[in-house]
Amino acid sequence: MPDILSAPLVVEFPFTRSLGPVQSAFLTGLRERTLLGVRTADGRTLVPPVEYDPVTAEEIRDLVEVAPTGTVTTWAWNPEPRRDQPLDTPFAWVLVRLDGADTALLHVLDAPGPDAVRTGMRVRVRWAQDRTGAITDIACFEPHDGETGTPAPHDGTFADPVTGIVTPARLDYTYSPGRAQSAYLEALEGRRVVGERCPSCRKVYVPPRGACPTCGVATAERVEVGPRGTVTTFCVVNIKAKNLDIEVPYVYAHIALDGADLALHARIGGIPYDQVRMGLRVEPVWSEGSRHPDHYRPAGEPDADYDTYRELV
Amino acid sequence: MRDVAIVAFAQSDHLRRTDELSEVEMLMPVLHQVLDATGLRTGDIGFTCSGSSDYLAGRAFSFTMALDGVGAHPPISESHVEADGAWALYEAWVKIQTGEADTALVYAYGKSSPGQVRDVLTRQLDPYYTAPLWPDSVAVAALQAQALIDAGDTDEAALAAIATRSRRDAEANPHAQLSGPVPAGDYLVRPLRTGDCPPVGDGAAAVILAAGDTARALCERPAWIRGIDHRIEAHGLGVRELTESPSTRLAAERAGVFDRPVDTAELHAPFTSQEVVLRKALGLGDDVRVNPSGGALAANPLMAAGLIRLGEAAARIHSGASHRALAHATSGPCLQQNLVAVLEGESAHA
Ligand SMILES: [Zn+2]
Repeated sequence: MPDILSAPLVVEFPFTRSLGPVQSAFLTGLRERTLLGVRTADGRTLVPPVEYDPVTAEEIRDLVEVAPTGTVTTWAWNPEPRRDQPLDTPFAWVLVRLDGADTALLHVLDAPGPDAVRTGMRVRVRWAQDRTGAITDIACFEPHDGETGTPAPHDGTFADPVTGIVTPARLDYTYSPGRAQSAYLEALEGRRVVGERCPSCRKVYVPPRGACPTCGVATAERVEVGPRGTVTTFCVVNIKAKNLDIEVPYVYAHIALDGADLALHARIGGIPYDQVRMGLRVEPVWSEGSRHPDHYRPAGEPDADYDTYRELV
Repeated sequence: MRDVAIVAFAQSDHLRRTDELSEVEMLMPVLHQVLDATGLRTGDIGFTCSGSSDYLAGRAFSFTMALDGVGAHPPISESHVEADGAWALYEAWVKIQTGEADTALVYAYGKSSPGQVRDVLTRQLDPYYTAPLWPDSVAVAALQAQALIDAGDTDEAALAAIATRSRRDAEANPHAQLSGPVPAGDYLVRPLRTGDCPPVGDGAAAVILAAGDTARALCERPAWIRGIDHRIEAHGLGVRELTESPSTRLAAERAGVFDRPVDTAELHAPFTSQEVVLRKALGLGDDVRVNPSGGALAANPLMAAGLIRLGEAAARIHSGASHRALAHATSGPCLQQNLVAVLEGESAHA
């Protein structure tokens, strides 16, 4: 059995979201050190605010300012902060009911240790130095034994309101493709292409994924295929993809490698794009230091008969 | 309503890592087990439904790769939920109720080992107010645990006892990832210690559903689904009363849990504290056998662990160990979404 390959895989995405009137007012408020809630028809104040009453589903827009002080309703001590969490020293996760609010906001509390935290303790907002209109404009909460703040009416209007946010996210993985694909990738290293034969229907799949999609059984018998093959169908690409260093137009094709029962796809080179045709016999071209063939080029053989590849179109 | 039963159940061994297996390679033995148990072939199945998550795989449309394992060519009737397989089972049950299928294959799988599951799960939180703070899955569970302790519903010793009982029961479960004496360990996020938290691992499960006489033909003692319902609560943690689970309670009412006593309950409680909430919501007394499999504290393959609760409950009906069992699955932070089903053997129905 070959070694199982693995490689780092980073998934990173800046989610760009638009805000409705209520979320816009709340996040703009944070930028201006103003905490806003929203009032429901039955007189409760929700902080953080939402656009629809969670009980009645009525649209709600009645904004109200609440105090930057509040009470911890539950907490949890985090001895080892993780990447991207608000503080890099041990802290408490807290739900805080701000004075004037009927629901609690999730955030973190900067405290010296778990013995300094309890449910019911009084806290206040510590504002971030640089505020952009995001929940992280609250740097954290801190213990507070001063007076209770009082809520006040607020129309939610600000100059230059925040209308959208970008939420960056990064997740790190170590990807392992499993046994079948590891063997395929290892063979490519030696410029060989291997598929796997289904024990039931005898079809050869390339790249192998360890299962026959027709029979639903495991494949294991390794079979060398190609390297030459036949173009079964193709398309002409006329629009240049971002970060892709290939002149357009070019041809992308399905190629049935000799001995395989499933066509794989690759770029065709070494021939004008408008001369590529079904049945064209091709061979892989490997570039230095690359695991995968860079493209396929004409093999200089007569075209294949349609009947030899019709099952693979 | 048609009579629908779980007629076969299988699960993988749940392991910390399965680098040598792709998802479909991990899944296939489990699919073959339920098919072999019923004598069905993939082409005989009326409807196929799966549960999994791209965020665990780190790839878009990752479930399409697993379809190779069910023989998706020629085309089959198929669907997928980006959720625990328990919800895939619910969709399959609905499909059978419509009369469009008489049998269904439901499977679910999750590999947590490639990523950091505590971080991955933050991406299911509200993206405006919560996710930017990256509160990990243990942290939000710990907030709920502290609320329970403050309310006098439990204490750290009682939580440790839940962990001990679960992993002792798991000694009889050959698929479990964590069994036997497991130390309470240090605080991961206080008040939860490592022992209060589920193992992180990879695994898969599958069940076959069948209606009426088809079920009787496929299984000696089908586990009839007498009721099934699922409910959801507000997303914001600060809006909810974390010591209660009104969605579990309501789903249980609608599923008929309270019509007659159950003898077994498979509860999907990845954290010890969540069992406290669920027992209260379901009114379970000490006479009910809770999680004889060891539950999610013994093996918690994400996206499969809820389906496994249904499967474990069904397996106890199949073997005659239970006559009327409750199965529960959860999803989301602090038991946000809950599914409850009641399973009965034939004699209990008569
Ligand atoms: Zn086959």
